[in-house]
Amino acid sequence: MIKTGAEIVCECLVREGVEVMFGYPGGAIMPVHDALLEYPIHHVLTRHEQGAAMAADGYARASGKVGVAIATSGPGATNLVTGIASAMMDSSPIVCITGQVASYLIGGDAFQETDVTGITLPITKHNYLVTQADELAQVIREAFYIARSGRPGPVLIDICKDAQLEETEFVYPEEISLPGYHPPSHAPMSELQKAAELINKAKRPVILAGHGVMMSGGIDELKLFAEKTQTPVAMTLLGLGALPASHPYALGMMGMHGEAYCNNAIQNSDLLLAFGMRFDDRVTGKLREYAPRAQKIHIEIDPSEVHKNVAVDVVLVGDLKTILNDLTPLAEPSDHEEWLDTINEWRADSEERDILSWPDEDQLFTAHVIKSFWKTTDGDEILTTGVGQHQMWTAQYYQQEKPNRLITSGGAGTMGFGLPSAIGAWFAHPEKEIWTIEGDGSIQMTIQELATAVQEGANVKIMIINNNFLGMVRQWQEFFFDKRYAATPLTGPDFVKVAEAYGIPAMLITENKEVPNAIKFAKNTPGPVLIEYQVEKEDAVYPMVPAGAALDEMIRRPISREEKAGAK
Amino acid sequence: MQPTLIAKVENKPGVLNRVASLFRRRNFNIESMNVGRTEDPDISRMTIVMENQDIDARKVEANLYKLVNVIDVQDVTNHPTVLRDLALIKVSSTPDQRSEISNLANIFRAKIVDVAPDSVIVEIAGTEDKIEGLVELLRPIGIQEMVRTGQVAMLRGTSTGVRHTPGANGNNNIKSKNGRQLN
Repeated sequence: MIKTGAEIVCECLVREGVEVMFGYPGGAIMPVHDALLEYPIHHVLTRHEQGAAMAADGYARASGKVGVAIATSGPGATNLVTGIASAMMDSSPIVCITGQVASYLIGGDAFQETDVTGITLPITKHNYLVTQADELAQVIREAFYIARSGRPGPVLIDICKDAQLEETEFVYPEEISLPGYHPPSHAPMSELQKAAELINKAKRPVILAGHGVMMSGGIDELKLFAEKTQTPVAMTLLGLGALPASHPYALGMMGMHGEAYCNNAIQNSDLLLAFGMRFDDRVTGKLREYAPRAQKIHIEIDPSEVHKNVAVDVVLVGDLKTILNDLTPLAEPSDHEEWLDTINEWRADSEERDILSWPDEDQLFTAHVIKSFWKTTDGDEILTTGVGQHQMWTAQYYQQEKPNRLITSGGAGTMGFGLPSAIGAWFAHPEKEIWTIEGDGSIQMTIQELATAVQEGANVKIMIINNNFLGMVRQWQEFFFDKRYAATPLTGPDFVKVAEAYGIPAMLITENKEVPNAIKFAKNTPGPVLIEYQVEKEDAVYPMVPAGAALDEMIRRPISREEKAGAK
Repeated sequence: MQPTLIAKVENKPGVLNRVASLFRRRNFNIESMNVGRTEDPDISRMTIVMENQDIDARKVEANLYKLVNVIDVQDVTNHPTVLRDLALIKVSSTPDQRSEISNLANIFRAKIVDVAPDSVIVEIAGTEDKIEGLVELLRPIGIQEMVRTGQVAMLRGTSTGVRHTPGANGNNNIKSKNGRQLN
């Protein structure tokens, strides 16, 4: 069958199961947008290409499928870059399609020509430059396979305009051949046995559960292993939900803003079991003093992550779910009551310090907002966040009972991620409402996507935590820069009026007791709703491990207002 | 011996750039990298010599496997290997110095491949040490220019290099204890 390159792109996307894509048109990608009208794929017009890449990422994480973003050449493609880098750091499977100038113009600095495959080389799992229509079917098949398999990640396909227009015989490749790409699955038995030996003699083990647990679909396997070996489970930001927060072995989040008892457990452990996580500096603190008495087992699909930051004793390279299925039968049931009791003592101390234990004096702390939100929604919502203090408070107080519910930019820490990723997530679950918790700084990086939400009727509920500061940087300035608030005070817009200008119902909340009603209002109003919370301006996220300090050298929250005043 | 890796990669445009970009990104300093065709037109072969002993060959291998176009990586450091480097050395030479240079070249089994009124070009292939040896002897006479290919390596006989992370690329025939194929 003779088809144009643009038609082949659409045909292949349909065959990959693509139903929705996020993008922005432009000269060099017009043939594909034109052809799209004839295919059952819904194109969501974002207001900036960065929003398209982030929406594709949100869609991918909420659906478990590959998200697709599309943009034109030059500035269209370069605007995708931040979204692609985020997806790379968080191993999110997206395919980005960009238009490129005609193949005979390449290298001549043509209008809107940019070396996009060059720019995205270090931030994609793989990328392609396609100059002929007859390469397209093969390339698109490979791209989707690479994006979703092994350690998932973004793949970019840059397609010259003449290749989009060229007609060729369309043959759908039944098979793909990638001689250099074979994601590992099983780990060798010899290594599994070494791991089992360490597990069976451990007295104070801790599991470190990362994004990989969910990526491999190993939720049940993790629970089975943890319960059989009585091992508490600490989670990374992207690993939250791997074990339900209410599970007695769940230790919550580890790391810079992790729970103190969780970090203490890691530091005092004699065996760390790293499951699909990569020892990011935000979870280890000072490497030389990280879990000094612990032996370490690392289960990881990407061999380049092994020994990268932390040298480990046993390496199991492969798919986490597969490996846990092989490993759990080798582990003996263990009794770690004493260890769990010790951790629970630390836990009690943390609860005492919790701001929720402070007497209510009509101050609105973000912790109150998130906790009320959690209670009002039974902790059962899919939510996305921006990046900053509000993100950490969400991780701490919206306790995740189920996997894949918290969509947040972890590795890259990309501000502005919340709104576009929520729109993407809604297309994965159009029957649900999707919540996004944003800061007043973060939301303004991608606030134009309010228009996208309105145009699509996306059921996204936007909560803005407004403290009139770039709060996380302000917090660092408070602790480490002598309260010199350089470039962090924000004179925000009136977010309620902004919402109204877009036709979005909105309200401003200043008191704790109003929070449940606001959330009910948002739930009962169809389509996008915006709630602005005017919160305490100079609250800080506790605990905090200062950058470069050991994991148990935490700045803790003062135990009361009086102590806080005394500390000043 | 400096850490030396042999990588088989798909013979496609841009693969050299991908490898070079990876090394820069991960801060792996290389002494030399040689790329060339092989017996199979679809496969190119790289010989990568790392700058110093501190670089962990395992780490380089694991990172190379992140590239979709990299088919196989072997660490041949301290393995029975034929290593060759080719150098062209242009040496200042008056007519009466030519015989001295020619003698030195003969001792090193090097060849004089060009003679000009005031210089000659010496071609030498061999191990790094051997080339260094000749260079040191020619230096007092006056080296005008030198170019070297960087090392190429081939394992002797049936010996194989080290694959540090078995199964890293999923295709290394790992078997479980009962002989079941795991990959």
